[in-house]
Amino acid sequence: MNEEIIIAGFGGQGVLSMGKILAYSGVMQDMEVSWMPSYGPEMRGGTANVTVIISDSRISSPSLKMYDTAIILNQQSMDKFEKSVKPGGVLLYDGNGITRHPQRKDIKVYRVDAAEEAARMQSLKTFNMIVLGAYLKVKPIVTMENVMNGLKKSLPERHHHMLPVNQNAIIRGTEIVNEVTG
Amino acid sequence: MREIRLMKGNEAIAEAAIRCGADGYFGYPITPQSEVMETLMALKPWETTGMVVLQAESEIASINMLYGGAGCGKKVMTSSSSPGISLMQEGLTYLAGAELPCVVVNVVRGGPGLGTIQPAQSDYFQAVKGGGHGDYKLIVLAPSSVQEMADFVELAFDLAFKYRNPAMILSDGMIGQMMEKVEMKPYRPRWTSEEIANLHPWATTGKPKSRERNIITSVELDANAFEVFNHKLQKKYQQMEEEEVRFEEFQCDDADYLFVAYGSSARICQKSVQILRGKGVKVGLLRPITLFPFPSKKIAELSNRLKGILSVEMSAGQMVEDVKLAVGCKVKVEHFGRYGGVIHSPEEVVDALEKKIIGG
Amino acid sequence: MAIDIKDIIKPENLVYSKSSLLTNRPMHYCPGCSHGVVNKIIAEVIEELGIQEDVIGVAPVGCSVLMYNYIEVDWHEAAHGRAPAVGTGIKRLLPEKYVFTYQGDGDCAAIGTAETIHACNRGENIVMVFINNGIYGMTGGQMAPTTLQGMKASTCPFGRDVQRDGNPLKMTDIVATLPGTCYVTRQAVHTAAAVRKTKKAIIKAFENQKNKKGTSFVEVVSTCNSGWKMTPMESNKWMEANMFPFYPLGDLKNE
Repeated sequence: MNEEIIIAGFGGQGVLSMGKILAYSGVMQDMEVSWMPSYGPEMRGGTANVTVIISDSRISSPSLKMYDTAIILNQQSMDKFEKSVKPGGVLLYDGNGITRHPQRKDIKVYRVDAAEEAARMQSLKTFNMIVLGAYLKVKPIVTMENVMNGLKKSLPERHHHMLPVNQNAIIRGTEIVNEVTG
Repeated sequence: MREIRLMKGNEAIAEAAIRCGADGYFGYPITPQSEVMETLMALKPWETTGMVVLQAESEIASINMLYGGAGCGKKVMTSSSSPGISLMQEGLTYLAGAELPCVVVNVVRGGPGLGTIQPAQSDYFQAVKGGGHGDYKLIVLAPSSVQEMADFVELAFDLAFKYRNPAMILSDGMIGQMMEKVEMKPYRPRWTSEEIANLHPWATTGKPKSRERNIITSVELDANAFEVFNHKLQKKYQQMEEEEVRFEEFQCDDADYLFVAYGSSARICQKSVQILRGKGVKVGLLRPITLFPFPSKKIAELSNRLKGILSVEMSAGQMVEDVKLAVGCKVKVEHFGRYGGVIHSPEEVVDALEKKIIGG
Repeated sequence: MAIDIKDIIKPENLVYSKSSLLTNRPMHYCPGCSHGVVNKIIAEVIEELGIQEDVIGVAPVGCSVLMYNYIEVDWHEAAHGRAPAVGTGIKRLLPEKYVFTYQGDGDCAAIGTAETIHACNRGENIVMVFINNGIYGMTGGQMAPTTLQGMKASTCPFGRDVQRDGNPLKMTDIVATLPGTCYVTRQAVHTAAAVRKTKKAIIKAFENQKNKKGTSFVEVVSTCNSGWKMTPMESNKWMEANMFPFYPLGDLKNE
C-alpha cells in the first residue's frame, strides 16, 4: 500500500492539521508516513498545501509532482492540482467557492460540501474533519480507531474535550460525500 | 520500549540536542528553521537537564557565544538558515582556528542574497570548502530524513569532540519542515565539570594550581610557527578523510548508471531509481552522508563499472565538482538540479538521466 | 662607603612588587601606553580578591589582542568586537565563574556595538573593561568611533569631520541607559590617584559579579602616544585638555 496525497486550500482551513492527523493515523497503524508542507508567508492568508504519504514500505521522495489523491479546498488549488492527479486517481473537493469544477474524465471525482455542513452543524472549525471523513470513506486506508488515536496524538491535551465533536464531524463526512458522475 | 513519534526535522534536532546531553543552544530566528529554538524554549531543558537556551541578538553573536561555551569544553550548538550561516562564517573560522568543537545546523534555503525561504542545496561549497577565511574544514553531515536529523546531532557532537573541530549538519527546508516517524534515543547525561576537566584538558574552566592556564586562541604572529599549526590542522582533516567517510548505497550492485545525491535530493532520487528500474534501466544511488569528508574513493571505485553518473542537487552544480574530481574523467559525469528554492520532481530527474547520460 | 645592591633588596625594604598573577613575559605595549597599567590593575584585583582559579578573561582584537600572555588565568581570544558574545557564552555555561571582557574602542564601540549593547541589555553578569584612546593603535593610527571632532588620524589626516565621519560615540553613556547594567563608570590611569580610582572601580565591578548584580562597565579613558604622535607626558596633558571635557570622568551609574 502506498498512498500519495496532496491536500490544498486556504491558510486557516486546517489543511496542515488535517494532513497531520492523517499522518498520525498512519503511524498508529504502524505504517511509514511523511508530511511535507508548503511553508512561509504564502501560508498567511494565502494558499496552503501539504503532501502526505502513507506507505507500508520505506518512503522515497516526500515531495511529488503527481498524486494518487488530491483533496482540493479552493479554486486556486483546483487550478493548480487537478492536473496533478495520476490517471485513475482520486480528486475530492469541497464545492464551496468553486467556480470551475473538475474537468478530467480519467480520474474519479468526489465532492463533499463540508463548509456548508460545518456551518449547518454550527461548528466551523470541524470543516477539515468533515473533509477527512469524506476522504476516509473514499479511501479507507486507515481504520477509524487509528484515526481517533491519531487525532488524540496530534491534539494538545487541553483540546481533548473536543475529540467527540471531531469524531462526529468525521462520521458526518463519510455520510455526505458523493461521487460526481460526469 | 521504543518511542516512535511524528516530528518535523527541526523539532527532532531540538529534542535530540537535549537528549544527547547538550549544554547550550544559542540562536537567532530565521525561516525555515525557527522551530529549533521554539521547540527548545517550549521544552524548557534548563529545568530538566540544565541545558541553557538563549536567543542572541544576531547570528554573529550566536556563533561567538558558541566560541565561548565550546572553549569551556561544553557541548554547544546553534542552528540557522543560509543568510544567517553566512553571518556565522567569521565565527566558524575562529572556532576551527582555535580547534573548538561545536555543532552548527544549516537548514538551507535558496540564495543568493535574501533569496527565498524554500529548500535548496546551494550552500554546499560554503559548507565543505571552508566558508570563512583560511585553510580549514568543517565536518559536514547531510541528513536525508527526520530520523537522521535527530541521530546526527549526537554524531556531530561526537565527531566534533573527537577532532576538536566544528561540525555542521547540512540540511534544508524540506527535511527541516517535513514530519516523519522518529525514534528518539535515550537521554545521555550532560558532562559534569570533573568529566570536562578530564576529557578536555584544554578547556577553560578557571585555572587550578594543578595545571598551566588554558588559552583559546587562533592568533599566532610567527608565520613559521603558524605554518606548523596549519600542518597539524591538515593532518587532522586527512585523518577524517581516512576514518569518517559515511555513505549509503541504494541498488548500486548491478548498476550501469549512478545518481549521486545527498539529503533531500537523495530522497527524490530514490523514487527516480524506482521509476527507472520499472523501465528496466539499471540505475543506483550513492548518497554521501558525510560531505566532508567526501566519499571520493567509493565513487571512484564504482565508476570503474559505470556508464555514466548524474550528480543531482538543488543547486546550479556544486557537489558535481567533487564527483568529477573523484571520477577523474573515467566516465561521463553531469549535473542536474532545480534551484533557487525549487525542488526537482522524481520525474524530472528520470528525464535528466535519460537525456544527459543515457542518450547524451 | 659603597652601598651593595644586595643589602637593599630585602623583604623589609619592599615597597612595591608586581602581582604574582602577572607573567614574566615582557609586555608588547608601547612605552607610555595605558594598556599595561590597566592589565596590571586587573591582575592585582584578581589576586587581591583571591579568585584567580575562577576567572576566565576574554581578550579582544586590537593592541591588547595578546593580553592573555600577561595574566595567569584562563583566557579566550575573541574575534574583533565579539568579546561580549564570547563572554556571554562562557558565563551562561559557567555561571559560578568570573568572566571579564577587555576591549578597545574599535572593538567595543564600532564593530562590536551590537554585541556590547545587547550583552549590557541582557544584564550579562560579567565585567566589561573598555579602553578608549580615540584611535586604532594596532593597525597604525586610524580613526576610531571615539576619535574627537577635529582630531587627526591616518584615515582622517585633516581631522575628524563630523559632517563626513559622524560624531564621536559615547558608548559608556549609551550602556548607562540600559537596565541590564548595574555599574557604569569612566576612569583614567594617567596619575597615581587615577590608577587607584580605576582599581577601586574594577574591584567594585568584580564584586558586583560575585553578587550577581548584572553588567559592570568600566571605561578607561586612555592615551595612545604612538598613535597620537606625542610623548607619553604630552599625551597625558593632551588627554586632560581634550578627552576629559568630552569624556568626563566619574560614575554614570552605580546601583
